[in-house]
Amino acid sequence: MTIKLGVPSKGRLMEKTFDWFGARGVTLTRTGSEREYAGAVEGVEGVDLVLLSAGEIPRELAAGRIHLGVTGNDLIQEKLVQWDQKVEPLAALGFGHANLIVAVPQCWVDVDTLDDLDGAAAAFRARHGFRMRIATKYHRLVRDYLRRGGVADYQLVDSQGATEGTVKNLTAEAIADITSTGETLRANHLKILDEPPVLESQATLFRSRVAEQSDDERAALRGLIDQLKV
Amino acid sequence: MPVVAPDKSRVRHAAERICDGFVAEGAARFETDILLSAEVLLDLYGEDIRARAYVTSDPDKGEMMLRPDFTVPVVQYHMQGDGAPARYTYFGEVFRKQEDHPERRSEFLQVGYEQFGDTDPAEADAEVFGRFSDVLAPLGLRAATGDIGILIAMVDGLSTTEDRRAALMRHIWRPARFTALVKRFAGLAPVPASRTALLAAEDPMQDTGVMIGLRSEREIAARIDALRADAAEAPMSEDEVALISAVLGVSETCPNALEHLRDIAVDMPGLLPALDRFEARCDAMARRGVDVENLPFEASYGRTSMEYYNGFVFGFYSEARPDLPPVATGGRYDALTRRLGQGREIPAVGGVIRPDLVLDLGGLP
Repeated sequence: MTIKLGVPSKGRLMEKTFDWFGARGVTLTRTGSEREYAGAVEGVEGVDLVLLSAGEIPRELAAGRIHLGVTGNDLIQEKLVQWDQKVEPLAALGFGHANLIVAVPQCWVDVDTLDDLDGAAAAFRARHGFRMRIATKYHRLVRDYLRRGGVADYQLVDSQGATEGTVKNLTAEAIADITSTGETLRANHLKILDEPPVLESQATLFRSRVAEQSDDERAALRGLIDQLKV
Repeated sequence: MPVVAPDKSRVRHAAERICDGFVAEGAARFETDILLSAEVLLDLYGEDIRARAYVTSDPDKGEMMLRPDFTVPVVQYHMQGDGAPARYTYFGEVFRKQEDHPERRSEFLQVGYEQFGDTDPAEADAEVFGRFSDVLAPLGLRAATGDIGILIAMVDGLSTTEDRRAALMRHIWRPARFTALVKRFAGLAPVPASRTALLAAEDPMQDTGVMIGLRSEREIAARIDALRADAAEAPMSEDEVALISAVLGVSETCPNALEHLRDIAVDMPGLLPALDRFEARCDAMARRGVDVENLPFEASYGRTSMEYYNGFVFGFYSEARPDLPPVATGGRYDALTRRLGQGREIPAVGGVIRPDLVLDLGGLP
């Protein structure tokens, strides 16, 4: 049997991951046609490449269907309850940097901190009769962050894409989303709160703590980890 | 880690027996749905309830919640009636996500007992506490008590602005945020640079740029005015901050706590009516045979649980099994009836017992 290594199936995240492994003597390649999600591993024995959506990698690691996986720690922490008992981070890969942040309209000159956000939320609810809406897809992380920050009278509304546009479209008053440069935020007249981010994320190699291993697989995993020096 | 549930039929049987006991003492049986409208619950408890309750959706009715407790349905049921005093008992499944404690059960039974419309709150509080205490006596549990009404009276009586009192009142149930606000209002916490800059700006509205979103220019200007007015206010006095800490720190037996709080009330006379109610409750409990002399009282007890309690609060804990959640909890929630009753308010006090935990601890004879 072989060790299964889950890697994002497309885009820059896949290319950078291939580069990172390549620099450590492990060559990952996609095989077959352009559209086929199949891959090969050279430079180390007993390892299979599994190409997956980055968003599915946390679940696959937690279910033990893959032994190793590359994904952002934002996705790991959002999707896995008690994530540190299910996966172990082996190495931060140094790319895919992004922060999960809370942003409000630039025109809210009175709001820069969580304390302000809470104050504005109280007044907003009194004025509009409903709780201030914050659009996000990171419900657990954001809720936990706002609870720790003592913010009340808000509601999270689900937004799986184009989250920066929700304020202008009047479907939310503020947003919580991943950003790397903040350009999209500025283009949409939003500003980041002057607070530590909800989470600092980057592409990370994780090991599943629950995937079962035969002796052969254990040896293959050891071989790969030694080769990668992580 | 799998959660081993005691045999459900045994739990149900234990629940029924406790429930029957309440019926024998004059309570009416109450039944309600498991699927509840999420809207009411979200409005009451805020977004945090999503972390605790299971949300599902109905194609027509929208978001629904698996019953996280019986309090809201039983209050709604009672408020739809003629409003005459009533006592209810019920049992059934409730569902709670256990993100922080996956080893705890997420589906379990609760047995409840609630009293509505009593004219003497001290007597009613004592009666409910006494009933729970009697039912659970064989388990030898530790009781905890508190009184959110005293904290509300404390905030109400502060000699500061109405806005500050309102902000503190809003956060009584978030202790860390409450303390941060007290420090801010007392000038003991540094003012964030962004706030200083905003207050110093000649015309901050000049910097708004493109206006987007539902929150209007007027709302932003109104908040800036409020912040300016607040900055011009004198800070809360150090004496008052010390009194707040003193109240929140009270944790001793009921008679000692009462005495201690009466000492504090010399400088905080706003507490007195709430302390009179506390004393009347202690007297009523003693008349019912509760060992009030040794009953613990913690002024901060109940602050981190759900926001609807606004008076007496209590819980029963196993000292042998500190890993278990409380076996029973309850309290007074008049304010909840006001929010759900469209202006009507009915005195209400009650609590719930977890029969599965009762069995975990050896059961009742």
